[in-house]
Amino acid sequence: MTKLLTRKAERIDELAESGGTSLAKDAMRRMLHSPVAIIGAVITILFVVLAIISPFIAPKDPYVRYDELRANLTPSHIPGPMPGFLLGSDQNGMDFFSRLLVGSQQTLLVGVGATIIGASVGMVIGGVAGAFGGATDTVLMRLTDILLALPSLLLAISIAALFAHGTQWTVIIAVSVVSVPIFARLLRGSMLAQRSSDHVLAATALGVKRRTIVFRHMLPNSLGPVIVQATLTLATAILEAAALSFLGLGDSDPDRAEWGLMLAKAQGLLDVKPELAFYPAIAIIIVALGFTLLGESLREALDPKNRR
Amino acid sequence: MLPQRVARLRRLALIGLAGALAVAMSACASERGSGNSATDTFVFGAAGAPKNFDPIFNDDGESFRPARQMFDTLVTYKAGTTQLEGALATAWTPSADGKSWTFALRQGVKFHDGTPFDAAAVCFNFDRWYNMKGAAAQSQMIYYGDVFEGFAKNEGDATGEPVYKSCEAKDDHTAVVNLNTAKGAFPDAFGLTSLSISSPDALKKYNADAVTQSGDSFAYPAYATDHPTGTGPYKFESFDKTNNTITLVRNDDYWGEKAKTAKLIFKIIPDENARKQELAAGTIDGYDFPNPADYSSLQNSGDKVLIRPAFNILYLGINQKNNPKLTDVRVRQAIEYAINRDQLAKNKLPTGAYAQDQFLPNNVPGYTQSVQKFGYDPAKAKQLLADAGATGLTLNFYVPTEVTRPYMPNPVDIGAAVADDLKAAGFTVNVVQEPWNGGYKDDVQKAGKQDIHLLGWTGDYADAGNFIGTFFGRQKAEFGFNNPQIFSAISNADAQVNPADKAKAYEQAGVLISQYVPAVPLTSSPPAIVVKSNVNGLTPSPLTDERFYTVSKG
Amino acid sequence: MLRFTLRRLLQAIPTLLVLSILVFAWLRLLPGGPAGALLGDKATPDNVASMNRIMGLDQPIFVQYFKFLGRVVTGDFGNSLASGDTVISEIGRRFPATIELAVCALVLAIAFGIPIGYLAARYRGTLLDNAAVLTTLVGVAVPVFFLGVLLKYVFAQKLGILPPSGRQDVTIDATHVTGFFVLDGLLTGELDASWDAIKHLILPSIALASIPFAVIVRITRASVLDVQQEDFVRTAESKGLTTPVIRRRHVLRNALLPVSTTIGLQTGLLLAGAVLTEKVFNWQGLGSLLAEGIERRDFPRLQGLLLLAAAVYVLVNLLVDISYAIIDPRVRVR
Repeated sequence: MTKLLTRKAERIDELAESGGTSLAKDAMRRMLHSPVAIIGAVITILFVVLAIISPFIAPKDPYVRYDELRANLTPSHIPGPMPGFLLGSDQNGMDFFSRLLVGSQQTLLVGVGATIIGASVGMVIGGVAGAFGGATDTVLMRLTDILLALPSLLLAISIAALFAHGTQWTVIIAVSVVSVPIFARLLRGSMLAQRSSDHVLAATALGVKRRTIVFRHMLPNSLGPVIVQATLTLATAILEAAALSFLGLGDSDPDRAEWGLMLAKAQGLLDVKPELAFYPAIAIIIVALGFTLLGESLREALDPKNRR
Repeated sequence: MLPQRVARLRRLALIGLAGALAVAMSACASERGSGNSATDTFVFGAAGAPKNFDPIFNDDGESFRPARQMFDTLVTYKAGTTQLEGALATAWTPSADGKSWTFALRQGVKFHDGTPFDAAAVCFNFDRWYNMKGAAAQSQMIYYGDVFEGFAKNEGDATGEPVYKSCEAKDDHTAVVNLNTAKGAFPDAFGLTSLSISSPDALKKYNADAVTQSGDSFAYPAYATDHPTGTGPYKFESFDKTNNTITLVRNDDYWGEKAKTAKLIFKIIPDENARKQELAAGTIDGYDFPNPADYSSLQNSGDKVLIRPAFNILYLGINQKNNPKLTDVRVRQAIEYAINRDQLAKNKLPTGAYAQDQFLPNNVPGYTQSVQKFGYDPAKAKQLLADAGATGLTLNFYVPTEVTRPYMPNPVDIGAAVADDLKAAGFTVNVVQEPWNGGYKDDVQKAGKQDIHLLGWTGDYADAGNFIGTFFGRQKAEFGFNNPQIFSAISNADAQVNPADKAKAYEQAGVLISQYVPAVPLTSSPPAIVVKSNVNGLTPSPLTDERFYTVSKG
Repeated sequence: MLRFTLRRLLQAIPTLLVLSILVFAWLRLLPGGPAGALLGDKATPDNVASMNRIMGLDQPIFVQYFKFLGRVVTGDFGNSLASGDTVISEIGRRFPATIELAVCALVLAIAFGIPIGYLAARYRGTLLDNAAVLTTLVGVAVPVFFLGVLLKYVFAQKLGILPPSGRQDVTIDATHVTGFFVLDGLLTGELDASWDAIKHLILPSIALASIPFAVIVRITRASVLDVQQEDFVRTAESKGLTTPVIRRRHVLRNALLPVSTTIGLQTGLLLAGAVLTEKVFNWQGLGSLLAEGIERRDFPRLQGLLLLAAAVYVLVNLLVDISYAIIDPRVRVR
């Protein structure tokens, strides 16, 4: 179609043409030599580990209003650090430190949830288009391209607006819709690229069934690009979820310990206790950066142009 | 490749750059003389746009604020108090049976369009309200409906018998308003901003009664949008929707003390933080309802945080209709026992807020210590709940979002704290959030979808009926109960003309209500209004009825 | 060229149709159903019935769609629930503000993005390059609204050197002709009004420019690196042309082609970014109109803005294509 589309789509197509499990080792080697990749991987691993263990290491229950904290809590004074409460109170008398820790889990949940849903739906669409080709392909891809070119936040907003009451799932679904066209185009591109590749041609010549070729050969080989894209999507999903919270379209549970929500709720408290906004913001920035660094270096490592 | 094209582009870019520089430089050089207007214009940050400018069709503070500067009422409330004083009327006397009020009118008063204010004009206004046609127009006359209960022909939500009977102009400066029934709300209710007196000429000229409705959106006539014409200290100049500013100018023919600033601008800034920062930057001179979280930082930067007396109530409503267990008084008592109101007042409401045990602030006649009290006692709440066989009862708890009200600066956080208390006492709470302007009020007040909900009220005048009569005076979808004993106690109190009898009757009603627990009173809190240090002469009003004509900038 | 433009125009029609079908489907999914959503909670049964008639809800779905299309084409998006005005008049009022902000942000992003991207490529691997790359990565990882809040907090609240929100000081009493405040000041000679409007523009433009800036730096850098590898650059070098000439004539000019498409793409995205930025800075544009519409669940307004965004996207697409064809004639034949 038009230039604009191709520009945004180009990156996806480039990614789609890369990959192949045989090259994974090669890519891995390159990754280990890149400091950027290592930083990204370290941040990502730390974040994921933290998200998993945070409920066990959090010193306090993040969802309890503590009398010790509430004793001195007024709207214009939020207690700072005190024994047992490393970072003091949040605006509701809950333990801010524990909430920050557990926030990693909720944030990861939103990011991963949105990415998994987006990737699954997108891959089904892309897979169907790629496997069937012809008119199915044309129609699906046309639709995908148009969605792809719409501003993602606007798309997420319009989906979130469909729900009368916001929940965590509202956010996950709204954000996942944004990534559906990306994964659809990615998988289709990757399958098309393989159609003419040697191993698929060989399999076809040997009379292997189409279904077997798709599931045994093509899909596994598309895994690399999909993982790269999923890593990048995790970063944008977390940022978009935060934006939805800011616009009042997010999760409506005011107590939920999720970084985006915590940040959005603390906008008005910069004069009272700026940490309430700054710490979740910094956490989001670091994590988004980590996923982006990892994703970009994976992409570069898989890029055939960089192979020597 | 394409040298000539690129060269042309480069030339264009250079010209553009030079132009931009020239503009920037000349802009720096020529500051237009605006030193005068700086102290002669008072800019007030408003949180939202008014619906329109015809007071009778409004019921919210954002619409009333500009109206109060442009219009006068027959009687008004002394600045900073709830006591009555004369405005367009210099004296007002009831007949012995309270069914007729005689107003001696101020002389020499002119409307903004130059027409004289007289008894005929007063009667024109009262007759206009009473005879208002169309469901759309009537449904927008919330306050008229509350006070006068019915119209010549009821077409909207009001279904009652009209209280208003007729108005006669005895002479140019004496108007008599006759009623079908006596009401304790008078004479205070004559001071309601909604009952402001408009110029009959302007009303007719701009077709003031033509309100049309399409779903949620109402279209108002030119009178209400562009030509409000009263007698007040400021005149309407413009409502600039592109910039969201309302500009009023001084009325040099005002009957009272002339306004101190030549211009009064309301700048609409929906975001609370933005209001605070604009005040700090000096682009506005004041704003209403600062977040309690900001009181100390505002004071530290030298701004004046003017605290109003607490004249409101925040309550946790209980709707008995959807949930049979809630008709059991023990369950309702359990809810009341479960909530730690002192903690709530301290944590989430400004200094000066206090926990409530009844539906009246303590400065209204009718407030009494003899109400039945249910202090914070989660153990007792659990016990009562078990006795009623309702342990684990699920409550759909409606909480408004996207709103701050004088009585609840942060409803979402307050709701979460209340829900927490209820859970601790053995309830299962399902919080349902809805935007205040996106269906909340209708869902809880008209449809009654909730089991419990957060809502509140700021008093319009010092009359207990304005509080408890509004809540529990009749069967309402909001509470879903029918208790004739309470209803008749309130209507009996409302019919008392003698203030002392009225107070006593309301005290009795208050005790009945406290025993029945139709809802849980939570807190009363003092809202604030904040102005820059150089702003003088603003008196905070418990009724949030501030008049800006006394305001000057140093 | 004319034929190319016409062909592209025709090609835009199916895209527009698909978009209109999407918005139509969206409208039907809204809570309360299409009529209820457009009328709000206070709708009387009469209102709903008449709205159902207008929308043709009792008729087959394709009839409904064509009725919808008819209303959209005539600009009838209904009345805003919040203000009671027609949505199209609201959009008209707010449009200049958003354009003003978007243009300013785009200019900032280009003016800083291209030189920085170019320098990063030219000094590849140096500290400068690494710093630039890191900035672009961090720039994308910072939530836009938080950046806005932070800018406002530091420059308006703490330092007090720039106004925190709004488009112009109300006490300036500026005359407004076009709705573009900077331009208005120039036209009417009220230069202080222009200057004040410029000051108000700075912070929101920076916040809005952050993402396009990062993307432009990145694309410029990548594209300059690509071009440097190309044969014609090597040829030029071997011909003995001086480095500055090669850089100016060959590298930069060719590298800018992909950058120009990126800029087009970013223009479309600015409207979405404006939702957050305008809300933070109380900028009276379409973005804050959308944000207020969300708070109020003002579906007629959201519908209008979504359609507008779709139309803008198609238009920008078209303009980019045409300008691309001007810069690179090869595109026309394809």
